[in-house]
Amino acid sequence: MGFCLFIAGITTNSLFLQRLIGNSHFDIENLENSMSNLLEVHKVVKQYGSYVALNEVSLNVPKGSIYGLLGPNGAGKTSLIRIINQITLPDRGEVILDGEKLQPKHVQTIGYLPEERGLYSSMKVGEQCLYLAQMKGLSKAEAKKQLDYWFDRLGIQGWWNKKIQELSKGMAQKIQFVVCVLHKPKLLILDEPFSGFDPVNANIIKDEILALKEQGSTIIFSTHRMESVEELCDHISLIHKSNKLLEGKVGDVKRQFRTNTFEVGILTNNVEGLMYDITQRFTVSPASFKSLNDDLKLNIEIGNATPNELLNILTQRGQVTHFVEKIPSINDIFIQTVTENSK
Amino acid sequence: MNIISLIIKREFIAKVRNKSFVVMTFLSPLLFVAVAVFIGYLSSMKAETKRIAIHDETGLFATDFLKENKQGAEFKYYDLSQIEVKALKDSITKENFSGLIVIPKSDNVNDLESKIEFISNNSPSISFIENTQDVIASKITKLNLEEAKLDTLAIQKAQSKVNIHLVKASGEESLKGLNEIKIGIGGAFGYLIMMFIIIYGNMVMRSVIEEKTNRIIEIIISSVKPFQLMIGKIVGTSLAGILQFMIWAIIGLGLMFAASAFFGVNVGPTSRISPEMMQSAQHQLSGSAQMYIAELWNLPIASIIIGFVVYFIGGYFLYSSFYAAIGAAVDNQTDSQQFLLPILTPLILSVYIGFFTVVNDPHGTIAVVFSMIPLTSPIVMLMRIPFGVPWWQIAISVSLLFATFFLVVWFAAKIYRVGILMYGKKPTWKELYKWLKY
Repeated sequence: MGFCLFIAGITTNSLFLQRLIGNSHFDIENLENSMSNLLEVHKVVKQYGSYVALNEVSLNVPKGSIYGLLGPNGAGKTSLIRIINQITLPDRGEVILDGEKLQPKHVQTIGYLPEERGLYSSMKVGEQCLYLAQMKGLSKAEAKKQLDYWFDRLGIQGWWNKKIQELSKGMAQKIQFVVCVLHKPKLLILDEPFSGFDPVNANIIKDEILALKEQGSTIIFSTHRMESVEELCDHISLIHKSNKLLEGKVGDVKRQFRTNTFEVGILTNNVEGLMYDITQRFTVSPASFKSLNDDLKLNIEIGNATPNELLNILTQRGQVTHFVEKIPSINDIFIQTVTENSK
Repeated sequence: MNIISLIIKREFIAKVRNKSFVVMTFLSPLLFVAVAVFIGYLSSMKAETKRIAIHDETGLFATDFLKENKQGAEFKYYDLSQIEVKALKDSITKENFSGLIVIPKSDNVNDLESKIEFISNNSPSISFIENTQDVIASKITKLNLEEAKLDTLAIQKAQSKVNIHLVKASGEESLKGLNEIKIGIGGAFGYLIMMFIIIYGNMVMRSVIEEKTNRIIEIIISSVKPFQLMIGKIVGTSLAGILQFMIWAIIGLGLMFAASAFFGVNVGPTSRISPEMMQSAQHQLSGSAQMYIAELWNLPIASIIIGFVVYFIGGYFLYSSFYAAIGAAVDNQTDSQQFLLPILTPLILSVYIGFFTVVNDPHGTIAVVFSMIPLTSPIVMLMRIPFGVPWWQIAISVSLLFATFFLVVWFAAKIYRVGILMYGKKPTWKELYKWLKY
């Protein structure tokens, strides 16, 4: 986890810091009961005619995690999500939710925000929410209570008697979000939750997602926006062409894809000497990053050597101003894995 | 069950609150009554009297035609035998005559049978031609009888009139007009079912399409089973439909009474019956009104009403399941046409069979067969019931209807389940078949 500190050094997002702290706390918890997965998908197969949408896909979603379900368009994510929601049935394989085989009563413990989502355009916001909440098994009184809480929390009390067609798309999205969390689901499945939101509202929803996680909800998060995966998820899996290609904690996945490359900034008078020293042992390429110094910027792949060996050489030749391991972004991992497997 | 009633409630409220529903509910009876009043007004207007010129060279027939001139009659005859035919021909339009009857001179009246001409710029009505022929023929007959020295009075006396009484095997006397009443009752109920299916089946389809285009369907379907949603929609919509029908009936009847009292006209098509027919009908009615009422009570009223309810539910649910499946399969209403045609065909077919075959022969093979086939039975059987249908036929028909109903609901639910999540393309029949296997 050493590299975390470096990231923390260059990021200014306090929310991110907060998440990191939270994250390490949950990591410990997960270590303690690593067996407690809220959702387990075992070798699920789904075929549409002759087209295989899911080919023996297995997933383990730990309790209390934010689990990123990634994959290009048409990979099979939506098929899988629909199976978890019991909208369709798998042809083979099984889904275990909270230790029990998936059954109809479980729809009340799942909250689902589909990618293709909408509301009854001519129905009033309040009535609509009450209706959808009752469908999830809440009593009318309980639904009303929860709605008041959420409307108050998101500052949308005045919308109760508005019709959806009077609201903007972003406003409607907020209502949809409320609808899928009203019944305090154990498992929350969010498919592209930020699409259609302006940055301010996206942030509000992000905070709400984190708050729900704090309260113990497990969240499956499906998106193409890798920066939000980077910010929110602690587990990810990647589905491509109906197969699961990788799965694990974000840190583990990243370690798996690390290139042992360091981004280095150095102030030196003897560039040739320095280059001679390091090119003898390491692979070097030019780098670019923001810096206040007029320093030499390099990417240095150290292979099996330790960072200290590199540092030793560097410090002998000049003033080190920047030294960070290049951590593969989830975006890089995504693109790399998908292109490798598309061949 | 709880969730289904929740869905039914929402569908019902959504339908009833809909502006176009409210407008339709209160505007349609007004429109209907307005049209009926308008038709009644038109037909109660005195038709323009048509002037008919008669050029009778024999001098035998003109008086008979002039006898036909009565107050308020449609035709007024003028004896213009003195004027030359040629001059008359030229002047009929100028003088505002509708036509000219030319009876040429003849030594033997019997030669006239095919020599009489009617000259007119417009083709005359069939009833006018028949009437004219009757007048001339009876005059010729009379003349022939006189020539043969036969006593016309005695012949008139000798002529007999036969009036057959219809009697049922059970012994009760029946009435000739009763068949019309039976057809009327069966037809009204059958027609009602058809209208209901078309109007509210379409509404079910629209509401399914609406959920698809709104994209709310996936949110709902993650909470309830597609089957529950489908049944809830059908029931909710039909409740709204029944409410609308009841309002229509109440407002319609009220307005009818009000209109006929206010305008003092006979509302609707009844007034189109000619006065003579009305008179005779009234005469007949007053004599046998009580018998008619007694006969009405002898109709299998209980089986008609029970039959209506059973076939209404079976037929409506059967067809609305089709409508729901179609709604699920398509993205917008224009795409639905190709799937609607095969569904509307049996519906229209059954009304035709009802009004043409059942009326002529309520227990003939065609009527019996189509009252068994589930897609046509709700209408055809309902039109047969007033004529008395053996219970075993009804039993077979009803069980076939409900067996098909469950089968269709099952199929429709499968298509529905797959279709509601398919966006963006118009499916083919082949694809629908494939969905059944998903």
